Formats: sequence, C-alpha cells, structure tokens
Amino acid sequence: MIKIERRLGQPRWLNVAVPIGSIAFSFLVMAAVLGITGHDPIHTYRRLFDAAFISSPAWTATLMTGTPLLFTGLAAAVAFRMQLFNIGAEGQLYLGAVCATGIAIWLGPHHPTALTILAMCVCGAAGASLWALIPGALKAFARTNEIITTLMLNYVAGLLLTYLIFDSASPWRDVSTIQTRSFPQSVALQPSQFWPTLGPLDVVVPFGFLLAIGVGIALYVLFRATRFGFEMNVIGDSQRAARYSGMRTRRKILAVMAISGGIAGLGGASQVGDFSHVLDASPQGLQGAAFGYTGIVVAALARYNPISVCLVAVLIGGLQNAGLYLQGPDFPTGLVGVLQGIILFCTLGGELLIRYRVRFGRRARAPVEAAPAAEPVP
Amino acid sequence: MNVNHTLVISVLTQAVAYGTPILFAALGELLAERSGVLNLGVEGMMLVGAVMGFWAMQRAPGPTALVLLLAVLTAAFAGLVISAIHAFLVISLRASQIVSGLALTIFAGGLGLSSYLGNDLGLADLPPKHQFSEIDVFGLKDVPVIGPVFLHQSALVYASWAMVAVVAFYLLRTRFGLNVRAVGESPGAADAMGISVVRYRYAHVLAGGALAGVGGACFSLSITPGWTDGDSLVGGAGWIAIALVIFSFWRPELCIIGAYLFGGLAGGLPSALQAHGYKIKPEFLNALPYVMTVVVLVLVSTALARRRLGAPAALGVAYVREER
Repeated sequence: MIKIERRLGQPRWLNVAVPIGSIAFSFLVMAAVLGITGHDPIHTYRRLFDAAFISSPAWTATLMTGTPLLFTGLAAAVAFRMQLFNIGAEGQLYLGAVCATGIAIWLGPHHPTALTILAMCVCGAAGASLWALIPGALKAFARTNEIITTLMLNYVAGLLLTYLIFDSASPWRDVSTIQTRSFPQSVALQPSQFWPTLGPLDVVVPFGFLLAIGVGIALYVLFRATRFGFEMNVIGDSQRAARYSGMRTRRKILAVMAISGGIAGLGGASQVGDFSHVLDASPQGLQGAAFGYTGIVVAALARYNPISVCLVAVLIGGLQNAGLYLQGPDFPTGLVGVLQGIILFCTLGGELLIRYRVRFGRRARAPVEAAPAAEPVP
Repeated sequence: MNVNHTLVISVLTQAVAYGTPILFAALGELLAERSGVLNLGVEGMMLVGAVMGFWAMQRAPGPTALVLLLAVLTAAFAGLVISAIHAFLVISLRASQIVSGLALTIFAGGLGLSSYLGNDLGLADLPPKHQFSEIDVFGLKDVPVIGPVFLHQSALVYASWAMVAVVAFYLLRTRFGLNVRAVGESPGAADAMGISVVRYRYAHVLAGGALAGVGGACFSLSITPGWTDGDSLVGGAGWIAIALVIFSFWRPELCIIGAYLFGGLAGGLPSALQAHGYKIKPEFLNALPYVMTVVVLVLVSTALARRRLGAPAALGVAYVREER
C-alpha cells in the first residue's frame, strides 16, 4: 500500500535534490529505451557528453545552442509563472529575427556596431512583443485560450518567414546575384554588423549569451524585489484572490505577454546577429530548430526560476548540440527530443515529492490505530 | 458540365477527407476532457500513431483490408501507450495537466519519439504498400453533390461517422456516460456516489489517446500515404482538434461540423484551388486554417464567457480525495 500525504512544510533542500534526482532518473529511463531499441546506452551517453561538454570546441557549440534556449526559456518562464501559457515563443522568435534583420538591412553597414546591435535588439523585441500582444489582448479582453492562439500564431509566423524569403520580392530577400535568385536567401549582414564574441579562454562566448544572462538577472530582480513581480506571483497563485485585492489582472496579462514576447524576440535578434547573419527561412534554419518549444522544456525544468533557467539552458543546449553533431544512422534524430521529454516527465513526476510525502507500508492507517496503544497505561 | 467536377464539390470532398483525422482526434480529446483531464499532447499522439500505423502497414503480410485494419489498430495502440504517460503523470502523480500535455507533444512530436521511431524503423519516404482507397457506397458516387462528397470516401471516413454516433450515444444515453460527465463536472460528488474517479479518468484519457492515434493514421495511410521526418505530416491538426473541442462546446455531434469546416480550410481549399489552376501564394492559403482557428476561438470564447457553456467544471483540476 502506498500512501501519499501533503507535506506541511517544504524543506528547501528538496527544491534542489528533486530536480537533480529527476534528471538522473530520466537518464536511467532513457538507457532502458535505448537498450530496448537495440542501442548501447553507455556508449551513446559517452558520445553525447563528449560532444556536449568535454572539449572547448564542444563548449563553444553548446553555448551557441544554449543561447536561443536561454532566451526562449526565460520567455516561457516569465509567462508560465503567472499561469499564462505562452507557447508562442517559437513564432515570437521568428518575428524578432525578421524585425532585427529588417532594421540591420535598412541601416546598412556604415554605422557603429553598438548602434546596430541596439537597433536590432529594440526592433526585434518590439516586433515580437507586438506579435505576442495579439494573443495577449485576446486573452485579456475575450478570455480566449492563450495556449491555442499562441500556438496557431507560431504556424502563421513560420509561413510569414517562408513568404518573405521564398515567395515574395520583400526587402529581406537577396536578389543581387543569379545564385541567390534561384536559391532564395535573405540579404546577409555585413561583418561590421556582426555581434561581437568574447573569448578570453578557448571557449567563444557569444554576446547574446551575456545579454540573456543579463535579462535573466533582471527578471530575478523583478520577481524578488518589485511590486510588479509580487503581483505576478499572486496572480499566478490565484487570479481570483488577485482581483479581489484590487490588482489589475488584465493589464498584467498584457504586460507579461509583451515582456515574454520581447525576450523571445531578443532571442531571434541574437540568432541573426550572433550566429546565422542571415534570416534563415529554410526548413533546416530557424523553423527546424524548434527553439521556442525547447524553451518550454527549459523553463519547466528550471521551475520558472530565471536563475535556474540559465543553468538548465546550458544543459539542454548541450544535449541539443550533441544531438545535432552526432546525428546519423546509429544516432537517430529524435533521440534528443525523446530524452528531453523523459527529463521533463520525470521532473513533473518529481514535483509530487516536493509537495507530498510518499509512505510505503502494508497498512496505511496503522499509525493512527497504533497511537492510543502507545500511551502508557496508568 | 457535370456538377460533380466543380470547384465547390472538390473543396467539399477534400474537406471531408481532411476533416476526418481532426474529427477522430477531437472525439478522443472530448472523451478525455469530459472526464476532467485536459490532454495537450494530441499532436504528439497523432504523430506516433501515424508512424506506427505506417510501420504496421509496411510490415504486415496479408490481404489489403486486413493489413489496413491491423495498421489502424496498431496506431490506436501506439496513441494509447503515449497517452498512458500523461494519464499516470496527471492522475496518479497530480502533475500540471497543461505542462504534462506540452511535454507529451515535445516528447512524442516531430523532433522526438515519432522521428526516432520513423528513422529507427527506416520508414522515411518509403512508397506505401497499401493505402485506403475510396469506397463507392451502393454505387452512388455519381449522384450530384452527395455522391462524391459523402458516398465516395475511404473507410476511415465512414468509421469516423460511426465513432461520432458511438461517442454521442455513450456520453448522453448510457450509465457509463453519465458517470463520466459526473466525474468531469464534480469528481467529489461522483466519488461519493461510489464512482472511481481515477479509473474513469484513466480509461478516458487512454481512449482519447487511441482515437488520436487513429487520427494520425488517417494521414499516413490515407491522405498523404507515407511517412516523412518532422512534424509536417500532421502539421498542427492535433492542436486544431483541441480547439475544435472548445468550438463544439464539448458535444460530439457538433464536432463533425467543425471538423469539416477546418478540413476544408486545411486541406480542401488549397489543393482544390491548386487543381483548378488558381494562383494564390501558398503561404496565405496555408495560414488560413490557423488564422481561422484563432478567429473562431475568439468568437466562441466570448460566447462561452457570456453563458458558461459546455466546459466540464473540473477540467484541468487534479482530484485529490483528501483535499476535497
């Protein structure tokens, strides 16, 4: 007989121990899956970790995939914390990339790099914020389910991206040479517009990564030290309680949606400025990477804490990067997604251990019945 | 000119074909939601159903009809197994239904299990050995309008109609259906009546998973026979199915209308317009079902907010007997 009862207090160490235990457990589950499908788990894991974390080129690649996940993870964390399920980080990231590329092309290469970066960030964030405000306003004013609207708009954003590069004569599209006319691609950023990298060690740290860490710290302060953050937490716990105490829930939904979208948009800007330097609309580009959806994994694993998001994004980024690197006949494409899913399931299941105490015993009521007998008989 | 060759008729015919997977998945989701469990993993379950259905069809020997039946059953079983993860997490472990459902889609989706299985089983871009073909019911396919639209479709379409009837009868006319509705509306009261909330919820989440699996198989066995890596095979139909449950106010008989509306937008209109030589940018046509989902959802949600129609009262809430 297994009995589950609610914990009266939550010991702090559980908040660290349970996620780590969950991740360890999920690797065991994954090993079983690998074994069943005829792969050697230990060999696969060794290759996975070699490719993700062992050498400095591996760390460079891990930070490269970790950066967009950090942005989208923070975007999801902000919204999910208020029980606002914005799963549109995917589309918001595309919009951020589109707007940031647009302003960079419009500005041209003859401006200082700092100004270009600032303009790309502002435009990317603003464009994505506006995109996120569509489902935000629908949620605030018509109480439309934001899960479905944000998700549907992801597909629309993807089609918009495809349209701009493949199916129209938009300013984004490069039509300068015969080659780019027959194989459509976007106008490329000039080297003076590339975002800088920092590499004091062998590991190359992209500027976007530092920017994302900065955003994470800012969010941490927002949650911990401001009235806005406090009200977000209250609304997340109970929207009704928040409304009764006079908080403006509708306004908060709009604000949080804009912030969440803006952060995802910064991720799009960083993707263009830091890494691809073009607006990559091909199926292998932005749309194939699924940064937005993986960001949800990151946020949920980090339990919506912005500081933990920074750590988890690097871990998941490492797995993602290793998955791409190792892709081949003995390392099927979906493996990393499966592993992420299992990690998430285990973490979700592990939540139970934080909130509840599980007792094993043959008879659940035994302690209650035994209690009177334990008293000394006078 | 024969009326059956006009654009309108070909849109309607395609609408029924493309609406069928959405209909199956929506009926499944409806069953789960009526018992009080929201499952956002429909897209993932459909993708796994699609890949496993296609696999079974490629590998099983025998006459076409039997192989296809086996393939559909395999797809249903695959969807059921995937939904069991969600059921265990949200019913037994009381995890957040929303996050668990999203996790299910990420786990099973186009970059996860369905891709892993498809690649591992070597299914990419294989030519299909069998596929569902249109059945000419009573030889009536040439009857104006009704013939091509309703009487010249694949067996899956007819099965989906039967399923609508079964689900509607089950929910509204049987003792079990009454119990399910009680579990979804007021699990505490149902528990007091002696109905096992846990057992009912498990059963309906699993049934929902099986139906989503069949929905996925509609794509890989009938509409676009074959399997391609990624999530383009199902392409958001699972999410539209979730929206459809809301549009239909949680009533199975209304699902069928919504399914064909979205089937028409998702598959019917683009392919019919293409076939008739109209030149519209494909991106706009392809965005149509997604945009329309949002628009209809807004209309429905304002109506819902005004009159509190439909949604099971305990939807999305874990049932904990001790904390009633």
